[in-house]
Amino acid sequence: MAAATSLPEAELAKALVMEPVEPSHWLIILPIAWCIMFGAVLIALRKSTDRQPLIALPGLGGLVLMTGLLLKVVVDNGPITMTMGRWLPPFGIAFTVDIMGALFAFAGAIAALAAGIYALKEVDSSSRRYGFYPFLLLMMAGVTGAFLTGDIFNLYVWFEVLLIASFGLLILGSEHEQIDGAMKYAILNLMGTTLFLIATGYLYSIFGTLNMADIAVRSKEMTDAAPLMTLASLYLLAFAMKAAAFPVNFWLPASYHTPRVAVAGVFAGLLTKVGVYALIRTLIMLLPAGHRELGFVLELVAASTMIVGVLGALAQNDARRMFGYLVISGIGVMLAGIALGTQDALSGAVFYALHSMIAMLAIYLLGGVANKLSGTHELSWMGGLYGKSPLSAVFALAIFFSIAGLPPFSGFWPKVMLVKASFESQDWWLAGTILLTGFLTTITLGRFFALAWWRPGLAGQAGETLPAKMDTSAMIAVAALVVVITGFGVLPNGLMALTDKAAEGVLNPAAYIQSVFPEGAPEQ
Amino acid sequence: MEAVFAVVVGIFFAFAIYLMLSKHTIRILLGVAIMGNAVNLLLFASGRITKEVPPIIPPAGDILGAGAANPLPQALILTAIVISFSFFAFLLVLAYRAYQDLNTDNTDEMRLAEPEDQPLPPLGY
Repeated sequence: MAAATSLPEAELAKALVMEPVEPSHWLIILPIAWCIMFGAVLIALRKSTDRQPLIALPGLGGLVLMTGLLLKVVVDNGPITMTMGRWLPPFGIAFTVDIMGALFAFAGAIAALAAGIYALKEVDSSSRRYGFYPFLLLMMAGVTGAFLTGDIFNLYVWFEVLLIASFGLLILGSEHEQIDGAMKYAILNLMGTTLFLIATGYLYSIFGTLNMADIAVRSKEMTDAAPLMTLASLYLLAFAMKAAAFPVNFWLPASYHTPRVAVAGVFAGLLTKVGVYALIRTLIMLLPAGHRELGFVLELVAASTMIVGVLGALAQNDARRMFGYLVISGIGVMLAGIALGTQDALSGAVFYALHSMIAMLAIYLLGGVANKLSGTHELSWMGGLYGKSPLSAVFALAIFFSIAGLPPFSGFWPKVMLVKASFESQDWWLAGTILLTGFLTTITLGRFFALAWWRPGLAGQAGETLPAKMDTSAMIAVAALVVVITGFGVLPNGLMALTDKAAEGVLNPAAYIQSVFPEGAPEQ
Repeated sequence: MEAVFAVVVGIFFAFAIYLMLSKHTIRILLGVAIMGNAVNLLLFASGRITKEVPPIIPPAGDILGAGAANPLPQALILTAIVISFSFFAFLLVLAYRAYQDLNTDNTDEMRLAEPEDQPLPPLGY
């Protein structure tokens, strides 16, 4: 550093960012630093279990505020970039936020806050001592970092951060079932991120850069399709594994029903969506040529994921495993949008991902409520919930309609957009699959509602003696999520305009590149 | 040099995949460890492999000499080593715990979370 400062100013400006960072740009890194800081404090305080939620909930609330503010800044001013260590991109690690990243981060923060509130009663003091809240905050650091980073190797690092935190959350309580589920989850997810790392190694040897904006520029100039195709296939496999797409989805139903309900809900809401986000980023923005070649494969994967997911859900007796299969089927719907790759389709996919983050968390939390009231997770034993808690029936209907894609809830609009987009691309069979999946999902969830809420309570049922009183914190969390999915179902226009802009920004990343390289991309 | 590395990486991957196809968790974990090393070597080869020119800027100049090693893959490998090592440590403990709790290291018998005889949901009431 001492040698560098003796150089004239003009030469330094070629390598370093010389101006101080704009105050609003600190918002890019703040949510991540905030989560890590709160996570560290909570680890230090892990033994005072009473105080933990008092620190963690304001932390998660702050995260919602910060990501919301970041979204506003990005919507108003376009993508913004902050470079770590002042080294100019593509050498310094850049964090670049566009509308898509900010939208995902914001929805993720809302989901984490709701799960944190739900967990107030559900996660007992021994699980708190094992570190529920610290792991939740650290996982949010990983999730938010993945959404906000502009460097592909950095994306890998955030994947690992969220993965290791999720291991901790998964085995909270160390029950035998959890250990079994965690074995499969841990090894298969590690495989997925290793594939991601392999692909990134190849990408570096082909492009000589890891900065996403730089890659987007160079892959457009590249005329040789073979390396791009290889990269795109590797990324597709790696992220399909993270997103639990057929045929690499088997880790999800093996593990997601074992942890605490709040944990399973956050996983279902956030982790698979990080995979979907990374797929959109790499396939659509970085390697559009590879995406064109892989279009048909992606469509097949999307259709089979939807069908396999919903058929799996139909066959489950354990409500939590049924939810796991519904998560998979939802991933298929998003993949359909990615496969089509037009602006409308992509906008639908982003909308569906945001809806799914909230709705999937909500259905897991609702499953927790149903379990508290009936004392079981098994469909064959649940019953009489309507009599015990009519309010839970209201929430259940809203969430089920939303996930099945019926109006007036948030799941309806993205499906309309996707079906319309597939007809426009003349993929009538993909549109048919989306509609068929919606129909089968309606049957699955309708049956769940009929069995658990309408059916009178069974004699000898475990929940017969349970009180009908629900935890207020659990009901508040579910109610808040129901308000969100109903709100965006009744008034979808604002969000639709945002996802349209997000899709446009990914398909035509000129503004993204401009934000990283204000003076034009560097020559090769 | 790259060709030799490519062959070595291929052999590593072959070993790793063979081990991971086993039913026993400890072999799977050994496969995971070897795979981590295969990826590290792959990253190393994806920079450029040169001999004996360290990536240090001489005091007189301000750019690297010709044919110097590429420092970036080394930084990437360092990160990847730390991550794969910590994951491996975690997985070892998890596998040992699973062996203690489930009384088996055979993945075919680990059916606690997904019992084989799960009933179908009721068709009516």
